[in-house]
Amino acid sequence: MFIALIIVMLLFQVLIVATDNGSLFAPSNITNIINQNAYVVILATGMLLCILTGGNIDLSVGSIVAFVGAVAGTLIVNLHWNIYIAIAMCLIVGILIGAWHGVWIAFVHIPPFIVTLAGMLLWRGAALIVLNGLTISPMPDKYLTLFSSYVPSISYDMIDQDPEKAASLTFAVTMIVAIVCCVVFVVAQLLQRNTKRRKGYETSAAGLFIARLMVFCFVILAVASLLGKDKGIPVILLIVAVIVAVYSYYTQNTVPGRYLYALGGNAKAAQLSGVNTDHVMFFAYTNMGFLSAVAALVCVARFNSAAPTAGTNYEMDAIGSCFIGGASAYGGTGTVGGAVIGAIFMGVLNNGMSILGVDSNWQKAVKGLVLLLAVLFDVMSKKRKASK
Amino acid sequence: MRHITKTFPGVKALDDVNLEVEEGEIHALVGENGAGKSTLMNVLSGIYPHGSYSGDIVYNGQICKFQNIRDSEKLGIVIIHQELALVPLLTIGENMFLGNERGVKGRINWAETFGRADELLKMVGLKESSHTLVKDIGVGKQQLVEIAKALGKNVRLLILDEPTASLNDTEAKHLLDLLREFKKKGMTSILISHKLNEVSYVADKITVIRDGSVIQTLDKKNDAFTEDTIISAMVGRSLTDRFPKRVPHIGEVCFEVKDWCVDHPVFEGIKVCDHVNFNLRRGEVIGISGLMGAGRTELAMSIFGHSYGSDISGHIYLNGREVRFPTVKTAIRHGIAYVTEDRKGNGLILSESICRNTSSARPEKISHHNIINFDRERQVAKEYVKEMRTKCATIDENVVNLSGGNMQKVLLGKWLFAEPDILILDEPTRGIDVGAKYEIYCIINKMVEQGKSVIFISSEMPEILGMSDRVYVMNAGRMIAEIPGRDATQEKIMSCIINSDKGIQTADAES
Repeated sequence: MFIALIIVMLLFQVLIVATDNGSLFAPSNITNIINQNAYVVILATGMLLCILTGGNIDLSVGSIVAFVGAVAGTLIVNLHWNIYIAIAMCLIVGILIGAWHGVWIAFVHIPPFIVTLAGMLLWRGAALIVLNGLTISPMPDKYLTLFSSYVPSISYDMIDQDPEKAASLTFAVTMIVAIVCCVVFVVAQLLQRNTKRRKGYETSAAGLFIARLMVFCFVILAVASLLGKDKGIPVILLIVAVIVAVYSYYTQNTVPGRYLYALGGNAKAAQLSGVNTDHVMFFAYTNMGFLSAVAALVCVARFNSAAPTAGTNYEMDAIGSCFIGGASAYGGTGTVGGAVIGAIFMGVLNNGMSILGVDSNWQKAVKGLVLLLAVLFDVMSKKRKASK
Repeated sequence: MRHITKTFPGVKALDDVNLEVEEGEIHALVGENGAGKSTLMNVLSGIYPHGSYSGDIVYNGQICKFQNIRDSEKLGIVIIHQELALVPLLTIGENMFLGNERGVKGRINWAETFGRADELLKMVGLKESSHTLVKDIGVGKQQLVEIAKALGKNVRLLILDEPTASLNDTEAKHLLDLLREFKKKGMTSILISHKLNEVSYVADKITVIRDGSVIQTLDKKNDAFTEDTIISAMVGRSLTDRFPKRVPHIGEVCFEVKDWCVDHPVFEGIKVCDHVNFNLRRGEVIGISGLMGAGRTELAMSIFGHSYGSDISGHIYLNGREVRFPTVKTAIRHGIAYVTEDRKGNGLILSESICRNTSSARPEKISHHNIINFDRERQVAKEYVKEMRTKCATIDENVVNLSGGNMQKVLLGKWLFAEPDILILDEPTRGIDVGAKYEIYCIINKMVEQGKSVIFISSEMPEILGMSDRVYVMNAGRMIAEIPGRDATQEKIMSCIINSDKGIQTADAES
């Protein structure tokens, strides 16, 4: 899927340059893609856990985003709560909503499709009730800086007084952060490899190992150099990176994460191996509620408003990302990394078509076809692998 | 049927079988589980299409090449499987003409459907209206609906696979009488059954199948249908050196189950295990023998963390102390492991690698605070692949690509990794070749030598006899006999089962 993403990126780049519309890799556009798609990545991460449990999806995600956004707007703007307490409250609300779904799905065994369809209607309605059908805006600056500022944060005064110095400072800090990331990663990998050697476990070939490190560092440095030329590292990128890293680690390296795959791969076998499948299911949906709340906070900051129509069709973006990223519609296979790539894929598609000035009606149609093609490609390649 | 040979990967299920059925007779097929009876009938009814077997099916003088079940039904050959294939939430009438709808051009004529259904129901002696939902009638009546459905397809040759397995005596008698009545009208039936009293009651000819070959065909006119002759033909196979020897070191009783009762999870009040008692000693292999549906798997699964059934009652004693296993996890923690009979369906996660499957029953052994140590996991998987001699390219290979025998080894490895003291093996050698079987027997012996105990459930009597120190016989949810290993013979086990089938009275007298 990673290769498909690169092909699509290059294709758009060629088209955009050929039609003289600038560049997909323009620094400001990269910042744009990140800001536009942060919520998709967060939601896709949560959705992946649900899909892993057996191809189950959560349709209520978009409505939860709207409802939690409404709660955030009400608490912060109308009731003047402390921002941090309000954020904590919103996350708790998200967890409770997820748990509400989880109880019905995991313990009463109502199909997830039905429970979350009900949730989709319920929470959309609740959002409209809370907001009384109106939009709350603007949000206080203090809240906005939490989500939509950049590292390093440069004051407007400095940009006005000495734009050149501000730009070079931004670039320098961004690159330093990126280099530190790379060094930490490389050192960690080397240490791990060393312990493996010492304990006599097998290690991957040295060439492959170095190639992987180089690709990783190249991507980080390339993105950083582009971001540095614009406004620096968006805070939202850091938030997303932490979420992706945590959930990636959870699904790949921990026992409860392993249970998600076991449940989706063969529920009966999982049960007979001592996995409490109900608990696993409950966790997946509760967690989805939590991540929906995080996405809601991000969206409120991005749009600088809490609107009752926020989050419409977000669940479809999240589900699409997971499937494009190679998750199986029957559960049991898929990775967080894959879902992230799927989300970026959709994001690049949207962004590229917008730059090209493709009519928005056509954009939707194209997206539908691409989703089908991506999954088809995946199915075919798996078949070819299996027949070997 | 002439010279029918059918092979499955690694196993020869039918070997040059010849079967001759005359028009208007009831022909019984008997044999042990896995002897090839059902396979033969699946060939005849087109479930295994022409080309997937060798040999010819000759029906009314013509060679038939059935591609699917529809082709055979066109000629009036209808098979009724052991597991009924009715849709519970549709009416009897709808079920009877499912796939064979009355009406023209896709429009269903409901009046004709239900009218004809009622007629057919009368023929099989059912008083129910064809508007009744199938779920509202008992299993016995459902069986009759299946027969009525077959009649609706103008059946000339009816194949019944264990039709009386889930019926009580009166229902069974009614069904058998029905077959005799149809015989008078010229219909031919092939009946697969374990119940020899029924077979001798209705059949004109009995063909005994063993290990995929026809052993003998008895004709009512010439031969006497005594149970002894049939049983000896069914099981009369010499025990060769197929089982590795071991010197038993049997200790004290370490595991005991008392008064174990389990209800069917769906049909309330039907007991699948009825006051079962048994015990197991350290270093011992006990065999649990019985026919399919005797309740052995249900017994094992209900003990293993209440994985099956409802309303479970009874006591389990582990090393003299009473224990309870409300969940699978508690059972595993107490050192019990259950190796399921259905390795693909509920044993292994097929889409995952050997490596990940191996550690899946005891992930805490390869992890610290829930964080998995991949190196340890891989090392463990390699150890077990080596120990089990699993044939695979790498431990990262997905389990789905392995052969049955190797899959079984991965499954066994998974449960040995859980370090059980008591290992319950449910049909561990089903569908795997002789070589792999031998290796699995060796693994069992190795476990027992280490002081562990094994409960060995199998439908193959020779391996029960070859491997067990003690044999329990189970039938219809009850433990009907306990036989010391050296005294156990196939004839003895079979006659226990058959005697208990004759009526509850005799079994009660025995116990």
